[in-house]
Amino acid sequence: MSVVTLYINDRLVSGRVGQTLLKVARENGIEIPTLCYLEGLEPWGGCRLCMVEVEGQGKLQAACLTEAREGLAVHTDSERLLAWRRMIVELLLAERNHTCAVCVVNGHCELQALAAKLGVDHVRYDYLHPALAMDVSQERFGLDHNRCILCTRCVRTCSEIEGACTWAISGRGITSRVTADLDRPWGKSTTCTDCGKCVQMCPTGALYKKGATVGEMVREKTHLQQVMERRQRSGK
Amino acid sequence: MNQQRLQERVRQLREQQSTNPCRVLVCCSSPCLSAGAGAVKSALEAVAAEHSGRVSVEVTATGCLGPCSRGPLVTVRRPGHADAVYERMTPELAGKILAGHLTETPPADNLLPADLPFLARQTRIVLENCGRIDPENLDHYLAADGYAALARALHDFSPEGVCAAVEQSGLRGRGGGGYPTGLKWQLLRKAAGQRKFVVANGDEGDPGAFMDRALMESDPHRIIEGMAIAGYATGAAQGYVYVRGEYPMAARRMHKAIRDAERAGLLGMRILDSPFSFRIDVRLGAGAFVCGEETALMASIMGRRGQPVPRPPYPAEHGLWGEPTVINNVETFGNIPPIIRNGPEQLAAIGTGRSRGTKIFALCGEVIENGLIEVPMGTTLREIVFAIGGGIPGGAAFKAAQTGGPSGGCIAAQHLDASMDYENLQALGSIMGSGGLIIMSEKTCMVDVARFFMDFCMDESCGKCSPCRAGTVQMYRFLDRVSNGSATERGLVHLEELCRLMKETSLCGLGASAPNPVLSTLRYFRDEYLAHIREHRCPAGVCRMTEVPVTLLADELMQRIAAGRLDGEAF
Repeated sequence: MSVVTLYINDRLVSGRVGQTLLKVARENGIEIPTLCYLEGLEPWGGCRLCMVEVEGQGKLQAACLTEAREGLAVHTDSERLLAWRRMIVELLLAERNHTCAVCVVNGHCELQALAAKLGVDHVRYDYLHPALAMDVSQERFGLDHNRCILCTRCVRTCSEIEGACTWAISGRGITSRVTADLDRPWGKSTTCTDCGKCVQMCPTGALYKKGATVGEMVREKTHLQQVMERRQRSGK
Repeated sequence: MNQQRLQERVRQLREQQSTNPCRVLVCCSSPCLSAGAGAVKSALEAVAAEHSGRVSVEVTATGCLGPCSRGPLVTVRRPGHADAVYERMTPELAGKILAGHLTETPPADNLLPADLPFLARQTRIVLENCGRIDPENLDHYLAADGYAALARALHDFSPEGVCAAVEQSGLRGRGGGGYPTGLKWQLLRKAAGQRKFVVANGDEGDPGAFMDRALMESDPHRIIEGMAIAGYATGAAQGYVYVRGEYPMAARRMHKAIRDAERAGLLGMRILDSPFSFRIDVRLGAGAFVCGEETALMASIMGRRGQPVPRPPYPAEHGLWGEPTVINNVETFGNIPPIIRNGPEQLAAIGTGRSRGTKIFALCGEVIENGLIEVPMGTTLREIVFAIGGGIPGGAAFKAAQTGGPSGGCIAAQHLDASMDYENLQALGSIMGSGGLIIMSEKTCMVDVARFFMDFCMDESCGKCSPCRAGTVQMYRFLDRVSNGSATERGLVHLEELCRLMKETSLCGLGASAPNPVLSTLRYFRDEYLAHIREHRCPAGVCRMTEVPVTLLADELMQRIAAGRLDGEAF
């Protein structure tokens, strides 16, 4: 297996050919924040939090999509990048209704943790607070659009891992929604297998187990890896 | 059909046309039809029928002639006479004029002067047939040297030769990016792939732009010919024309043109008895601006959600269904036949610097002559607005020109003498774009303009990447506050930060260019923004300015508390 060596934050690191910058960075203990990226799923490139500077390239690159190449010099934590990340998190917090104090994943939320880590102590933008409904028609799980950040992890998990293709995005722009079966209530979906993988993959409190109350919804982070490992072992 | 039979047929058609004693061309493109060209055409046909015993008159529905604000337009063409173009036709007037022509006393009512600057100052290469042929009639296109370039390419050129000729002409993409077309074709020609595709982008979504619509409606065969030549040059066997869903007439005419060309052996299997085969299908958009972006357009052609995907990989290596694909604007394809027919030198001789050839602009807004123009690259804005466009109505002062739609920017009056080419427009903070050109007078408020474009971008954001999805909303809300009087200077700082964020982190070109209208108006008209914010007035008198900033209310409340005046008086 060929190896590439490159500099990330002036540190010489190595990775395998074909790996993305994000993967090489994480394997070497360099943290780049992400929300839409999830190990095991096709990269999406939507949250734009993993943007990095590559020397010699004018444009910022999404680390989850950029292949690591020999001799690159990459910076992941410049002032500018931190400022952009803070702004993106603020935009996400302002976009819908992220009231941590009454959220099922309070304390276990990736968006909340990221905001804390980036030092987002206030939001400079208008809280849009759209009046969105909740979908609790499913027997075991609930969907709260107010907490959704449209990372499409659920959509990709459902199509790539479960193969059910229940979830999709309807609408566009600020009116985009995650919808089941071309806009049916989740409980009426004829494709949903009730597997709950999407619920485990959700970074925020948008998908949750029914019955969980504030702060009780803890996700099994390794769920996806376990599924994939078992599948590999059983040869499927 | 082979090349000899094509030439023979063209000769016959020309003979037939030249012996025709009187031909009447009625502009039947969308603008003239909406002004009543359909009734005018019926009236002309009635008059022609009356005189049919004595003289034969051919009434033809043509595509766009250009000066759309003067429509409906009628051209009378008689051998031995110069073309007479009449403006603002009504059915009665048109009948009277035709009758006059047939009795040798042509009336001068509504006659356009032969040297009208709007028509005389143009260089029509791509639009050479627009308004002169019936777009639904293949014979008309053939008589105008149609498909001669395709025949020549198949007969005299190798695929490399075609690519080299296009490269030599210096043609660059007319859809906005300005990527050299020849280079793009070479990439596709050299790309390894079982199947290759040629796509014509006719998803014209910019507000105020109608170049692609006019071209597809007025000369669909030219686009087909350009695509077939591209197919031959790059080794593709399948083409798609992606027509915006809001252009039903353009789609219908493209459909018909493709069918007619296939029947005549000019498209489909073994074109002109050569081993080259090329098919074209029409794909209709479903009303998303973002589908003009090439990766989203490809997703839409494949029946997927019209959303961009990151580049690289570029379409030339990984396009439709993973196969190499070339995407060009329909206007770019419209440039191809003349390059092959007349040689690349003709195009290369026109223009300036690295921008060669001509550019079609849709001239609209506050300018006397609205319509479609084709001018050499490097023509100055002043020439376009004041010489061709006839100036600003009511003698008002010119304030700015908006180019490139929501991805472009405004050019202020101090740059009226700027040359309109790719590099210069970029240096001025705008882009060439697809060719929309909106002229604004002193009665326009630039904040209002920026707000309009941001509203458009917010509505058309696909929602995939967060800076564009959420950022456009926040920017629109701030601009709305500026125009209603409740903005603060701190908000202006946030706005400029958001502009930079979106420019640097958005996924596709649309998100990255969405701040351009804001940035360019801030660059040239910052004082207008400040007048709204600091002085609470709109210099152009457009904005309502009915609100005050929330912080002002709070400040005043604090002052009243400090002065001990908070005694329940109405606030």
